[in-house]
Amino acid sequence: MSDNQDRSTELVEQVRAALAAGTRLAIQGGGSKSFYGRAVEGEPVTLQGHTGIVNYEPTELVLTARAGTPLREVESVLTDEGQMMPFDPPDFDGNATVGGAFAAGLSGPARPWHGSARDLILGMRLINGRGEHNRYGGEVMKNVAGYDVSRVVTGSLGTLGVITEISMKVLPRPEAECTLVLEQDPTAATLAVENWFREGMPVTGAAMHEGRLHLRLAGSASAVRVARERIGGEKLSDGSAWWQGLRDQTLPFFASDLPLWRISLPPSAGNLDLDGDRLFDWNGQLRWLYTATPAAELRERASSLGGHATLFRGGAPDAAVFHPLTPGVHTLNQRLKQAFDPDGIFNRGRMYADI
Amino acid sequence: MAASVYRSEDLTFTVDVEALLQRLGNALEPDSLLVDEESKRPFECDGLSAYRELPLVVALPETVEQVQTVLTICRDLGVPVVARGAGTSLSAGALPHPQGVLLSMAKFNRIVEVDNARRIARVQPGVRNLAISEAAAPHGLYYAPDPSSQITCSIGGNVAENAGGVHCLKYGLTVHNVLSVTIVTMDGDVVTLGSEALDSPGYDLLAGVTGSEGMLGVLVEITVKLLPQPPVKEVLLAAFPTVDSAGHAVAGIIAEGIIPGGLEMMDNPAIRAAEDFVHADYPVNAAAILICELDGNTEEVGDQLNKVRGLLEQYGANDIRVAANADEKARFWAGRKAAFPAVGRISPDYYCIDGTIPRKRLAEVLRRMEELSEEYKLRIANVFHAGDGNLHPLVLYDGNVPGEFDRTEQLGGKILELCVEVGGTVTGEHGVGMEKINQMCVQFEKGALEQFHAMKAAFDPAGLLNPGKAVPTLHRCAEFGAMHVHGGKLPHPDIPRF
Ligand SMILES: Cc1cc2nc3c(=O)[nH]c(=O)nc-3n(C[C@H](O)[C@H](O)[C@H](O)COP(=O)(O)OP(=O)(O)OC[C@H]3O[C@@H](n4cnc5c(N)ncnc54)[C@H](O)[C@@H]3O)c2cc1C
Ligand SMILES: Cc1cc2nc3c(=O)[nH]c(=O)nc-3n(C[C@H](O)[C@H](O)[C@H](O)COP(=O)(O)OP(=O)(O)OC[C@H]3O[C@@H](n4cnc5c(N)ncnc54)[C@H](O)[C@@H]3O)c2cc1C
Repeated sequence: MSDNQDRSTELVEQVRAALAAGTRLAIQGGGSKSFYGRAVEGEPVTLQGHTGIVNYEPTELVLTARAGTPLREVESVLTDEGQMMPFDPPDFDGNATVGGAFAAGLSGPARPWHGSARDLILGMRLINGRGEHNRYGGEVMKNVAGYDVSRVVTGSLGTLGVITEISMKVLPRPEAECTLVLEQDPTAATLAVENWFREGMPVTGAAMHEGRLHLRLAGSASAVRVARERIGGEKLSDGSAWWQGLRDQTLPFFASDLPLWRISLPPSAGNLDLDGDRLFDWNGQLRWLYTATPAAELRERASSLGGHATLFRGGAPDAAVFHPLTPGVHTLNQRLKQAFDPDGIFNRGRMYADI
Repeated sequence: MAASVYRSEDLTFTVDVEALLQRLGNALEPDSLLVDEESKRPFECDGLSAYRELPLVVALPETVEQVQTVLTICRDLGVPVVARGAGTSLSAGALPHPQGVLLSMAKFNRIVEVDNARRIARVQPGVRNLAISEAAAPHGLYYAPDPSSQITCSIGGNVAENAGGVHCLKYGLTVHNVLSVTIVTMDGDVVTLGSEALDSPGYDLLAGVTGSEGMLGVLVEITVKLLPQPPVKEVLLAAFPTVDSAGHAVAGIIAEGIIPGGLEMMDNPAIRAAEDFVHADYPVNAAAILICELDGNTEEVGDQLNKVRGLLEQYGANDIRVAANADEKARFWAGRKAAFPAVGRISPDYYCIDGTIPRKRLAEVLRRMEELSEEYKLRIANVFHAGDGNLHPLVLYDGNVPGEFDRTEQLGGKILELCVEVGGTVTGEHGVGMEKINQMCVQFEKGALEQFHAMKAAFDPAGLLNPGKAVPTLHRCAEFGAMHVHGGKLPHPDIPRF
């Protein structure tokens, strides 16, 4: 268990000093996502050592932790109470931190059914670009006082400020879990999974690769048993390891050094019609693709299907990592950055060159 | 004329009324522009009728282009604009500005598409919440957030308030169920935020706009997620001898790992009022009742029903009923859904408060509310979203008795401050609007309020959208005098006192 240590005063001082000196800052959690996003130059601000679970009330379904707390620690505390972070029970064996997780805003395979990081956040404390350390949201389930700053900051990759504390909603861990493997092509599988979900089957994961559907069921023991009988297929003996491998990208599919694209699409978006090896998660709404297709062509294709494409890993370091924004949205993004970080000191360029 | 509800600092717009009317007249059909007092009257307040103002003019655009034009005219002439959906807001969010345009979105009432395969509905903002579920029903789908006002309130108003409802414990608030919105900004730009995919590049502006109370842009189209109707629903009703025991039962159910589709509590005054009104056969002698809805597949609900029944007994419920059929389910819910109008029948007026607390502080908060009720000599009935800790104390008063509304407002303010004191918030779902703006000074530090203003300016630099609402100026807080005192320093020594 990490130390219970509040370094926020020190962090505020570091930000204020940088502000006074006109220095740029690069925020670091555990560094597990250092490959993700555009390169940033700046004096490092590390959240290491700013740790500890500040409040955890199992019956309130709320956990508050300092941003540098390892996810693994949060996970273990939750497991002891039979609870979890619902967007996917994480089991990271690295240094990934709570702050980094919400700053990255990525979610695991359960996302379409259990929501995302932004869905589960209740509040945060943030040091903004004026060196002010403020609280937004709170620790209660329902709160609409003020703008929803916590959600806006989730997924902003440290470009709006230093997150020092996160309050999130947690949920009971399901009583039973089971992973089935079925031979099915992605189109048929997508439709089948949707229908099982509509029939009330407790689906919490659906990923397709090389003609095989991995389907995760989780819920009450009785519901999982009945769904298993109804759906058929072969039961995977260590299902949870497989899902962990998918989420943490340790499955053999992810071993390649080629540029890896993350393509997020609407449901039933159909075929991307692009060459390359691919894996479907989120019942087809998230596609991982290794391709030689030029970025512009790939993005145009993703856009035309109503989605977007991120160069998740690899590729030329100065390539546009994130999907270009429409001009109106881009302007609002720039103005929002201004509103939080008027001098542009935080993670400059990590998302977009001018943000 | 009575003094304005607005403060003088929010009434400093210099408006060329003639130019405004002329340009609006060129942009809209005559019947889409209401200028005479009689036609404007129906728009003078929303669901919080204690606050009233007449706008300069009411505009009822029919197309996105007309919305753009109206906003552009207002920007050019420096005129404030208040968007309005169905006007059911309980925080005076849609209260008109006396120097401005009230922009009614009532004519945006089309369901553009319901796509069964993708489980989405694309709708205009004036569509009623319930109409979406009705349109989705033939496909076995529904829209989960269900504010009690769902027959009337608009989806645009729901997005602006991040509305919640009975189903929100399990299925989330509006923010969890909206995929994308198209807004018109005060610059007159049409911008789509979010998408039909599960995430979008850039900042999560969709989350920023949701719950922003009409302060950042005017919503002109909304795409919502639809969910399959659960195959099975069971509804339980349990009577408790004390409010405390009911509160403990709520925590007990959740500790057991059960997240009900809905978990609502009513105290004795609310039970009696509801029973007199809808004759739901509620146990009128109970100190509190819990209504618990379990939904999902047959097996899961079956398991949960047994567990919940056991827990309710264990926590001291003395009358536990499971609805036998659809009629009885509807009857169990009818009283809760009609609680507000029911209370309206036992008192000339009532004032609905909305705050959230950590659930474990419930008993303490109820006790202190009782003390406040005695101190202010005003009765309080309580209905709440127990699973979420979202309280709706209803303060009963008589507007015809001089001074009684003022006392009611003060009592309301005290209750909200109590919510903040125990670690909660001044609004769980109704929004800040004009009503709770002073209490925002209690909940937020100066820096946070400044950050909110900066965020507002990113969307609306001239501050023309819904001025005077949602986020107080520091000036206002200094006068309200209740800002946090940090490190023993006086709040805002830099702000001049009056
Ligand atoms: C339940 C769950 C499921 C997940 N599923 C997946 C998945 O399927 N796939 C996947 O790739 N990842 C997934 N993650 C993502 C995981 O979030 C990240 O890998 C990791 O948590 C990042 O943490 P880090 O401390 O290593 O961040 P870093 O790599 O250090 O930082 C990542 C980014 O966040 C910024 N940052 C870090 N800390 C802060 C802070 N305190 N304030 C402001 N900015 C900060 C950094 O500047 C950088 O831009 C999941 C996380 C959770 C909790
Ligand atoms: C009996 C009763 C029960 C209620 N129960 C609940 C409940 O259970 N849960 C709950 O959350 N609320 C409840 N409410 C409050 C209210 O119904 C909600 O806040 C609702 O979301 C308001 O919708 P509306 O269309 O009436 O909005 P309005 O009252 O017209 O406006 C509310 C706010 O939204 C803004 N707005 C409206 N339309 C737009 C638009 N198109 N673009 C930008 N801004 C816009 C307005 O400017 C204003 O700030 C209840 C109200 C009543 C009277």
